[in-house]
Amino acid sequence: MSVTPRTELVATGPITPDVFRQMMAASAAAIFAARNWLCELDGAIGDGDHGITMEIGWKAALAALDHAPETATISELSEAIAAAFLDAVGASAGPLYATGFQRAGAAVSDRLNLDSAAMVAWLHGMCHGIKDRGGAASGDKTMLDAWLPAIDAATSAAAQDATVKTCLAAAAEAASNGARGTTQMQSNRGRSKKLGARSIGHQDPGAASTAILLAAWSEAVRDL
Amino acid sequence: MSKKLINDPDNLISELIAGMLSAHPKHLTTQGVTGRAIVARNGPREGKVGIVIGGGSGHEPAFAGYVGQGLADAAPLGSIFASPSPAQIVDAGLAANGVAGVLFLFGNYTGDVMNFAMAEEEMAKHGVTARSFVTTDDVASAPPDQIDERRGIAGNFFVFKVAGAAADQNASLQEVEEAARRANAATRTMGVALSACSMPQTGKANFEIPDGEMEIGMGIHGEPGIARIPAESADAVTDRLMTPIHSELGLMVGDKVAVLVNGLGSTTLLELYLLHRRVAEMLSDRRVEIHNSWVGEYCTSLEMGGASVSLMKLDDDLQAWLDHPCDTPALQIGAPRDPLIASAPNIPNPRSQEANSPTNL
Repeated sequence: MSVTPRTELVATGPITPDVFRQMMAASAAAIFAARNWLCELDGAIGDGDHGITMEIGWKAALAALDHAPETATISELSEAIAAAFLDAVGASAGPLYATGFQRAGAAVSDRLNLDSAAMVAWLHGMCHGIKDRGGAASGDKTMLDAWLPAIDAATSAAAQDATVKTCLAAAAEAASNGARGTTQMQSNRGRSKKLGARSIGHQDPGAASTAILLAAWSEAVRDL
Repeated sequence: MSKKLINDPDNLISELIAGMLSAHPKHLTTQGVTGRAIVARNGPREGKVGIVIGGGSGHEPAFAGYVGQGLADAAPLGSIFASPSPAQIVDAGLAANGVAGVLFLFGNYTGDVMNFAMAEEEMAKHGVTARSFVTTDDVASAPPDQIDERRGIAGNFFVFKVAGAAADQNASLQEVEEAARRANAATRTMGVALSACSMPQTGKANFEIPDGEMEIGMGIHGEPGIARIPAESADAVTDRLMTPIHSELGLMVGDKVAVLVNGLGSTTLLELYLLHRRVAEMLSDRRVEIHNSWVGEYCTSLEMGGASVSLMKLDDDLQAWLDHPCDTPALQIGAPRDPLIASAPNIPNPRSQEANSPTNL
């Protein structure tokens, strides 16, 4: 991949690398706060470690952001988070988020700052990286049931010239509704698939953590 | 809040590794940048297929306890109940590499399948052929027509043993894979959980089993099983576990089996022996011979209460692979030996091949 010189990167948009770092720090804090709840959700239909797994990943991600050069672009920071998730986490969340962040970073490699369209492109990268790596589809009761409605909502908002803040708020709300909607679904993917109908009535922990991430990102840009 | 003898939960796995090394210095070492790959001191050798077994931690002695001569060459340790990462697996894979290829063996879980597949790609970039084999012995995790969907649980003990023996006998990568496939096809496990385990980081029970109840078919990470029923006697539970195993293996008069009665973490050896007593009685009634038995903790689930029964239906090859000597922290069979002396006499000594000295052939 050829590296575009920093001076040639597109600088329009309010999401600077610094704001992006704040967004990532906010999502890490939100995941740490929700750790035990995510483990409880996972305990009901899985192996009970999702909160721990996400905590390990976001701790590694924060360390990677600390080590990244001050001049790092959003694309490079996303790449660093991807590597952190891949090397530190394992589980299924490791490869899924690693691929998501990698694809998200690649989607904005021509940007210094993100405007609405670029932020949505970044979210698309996240969602499709996760989808391609995991092979799940809408309705399988996975994190995609939060990610897919989130990017649909963000895309619609961006098409109506919404601000980044509004796009992220729409994504967060759709992710939250999507996560809650997984409660009524029967799992068709991963460990909980083995449960069949017994998976119904429990929210998917991966969808729940997705909603937490998007809410944190939205909250972090509220004052922009 | 459960009580556990731990220090900082963030250091749990590195301290587990340090403890295994301090307890088994003659058997184990580590290799690679991640610090998560436990490697047999006397395992990997030129010309031998490298055997890498792995998965999450919390199942001790699985998986690193089976690292040693004649069994596995290396094991990457994931976090509690979490697959190791590709980098950790690659560290184990490169340590196990003896230029004859590497076979990864692990239970059939989404996370493990993804991480080991990424590690296979990474191994190829290092010029090493690595292939994956997933164990699927848990009868309770999917019906017979979806056998490939099943989880791998305690019965992976038999599959690892067979693959390790075949590799130690200098079988090719394809032959080792085939041996593993035969072992997995001949192995069935079913478990029962009596009480929950708790994650060290949270101290909270992963699931609830009320007093007076048990869960038939629960997975080794507390995945819900097939039925929640009132607690029963050892004999009644053993009958429940044995019935599907027996029928799926199609055991006939004169067949031979290996038996593993495995404790999940907090069930006493006394209880496990009661289960074995009933297993032996049932097999004897059907005139099925027990070739060998193991009773104890071979694949645990933190402090979960309960047990599993695994049977492997033997043929001559599987029996020979099971009897093949091994020397690991958790399993020793036969006398420890020098791997070079133990090589079959008609097979050239791989070390001398490397030294290119034809006089030794």
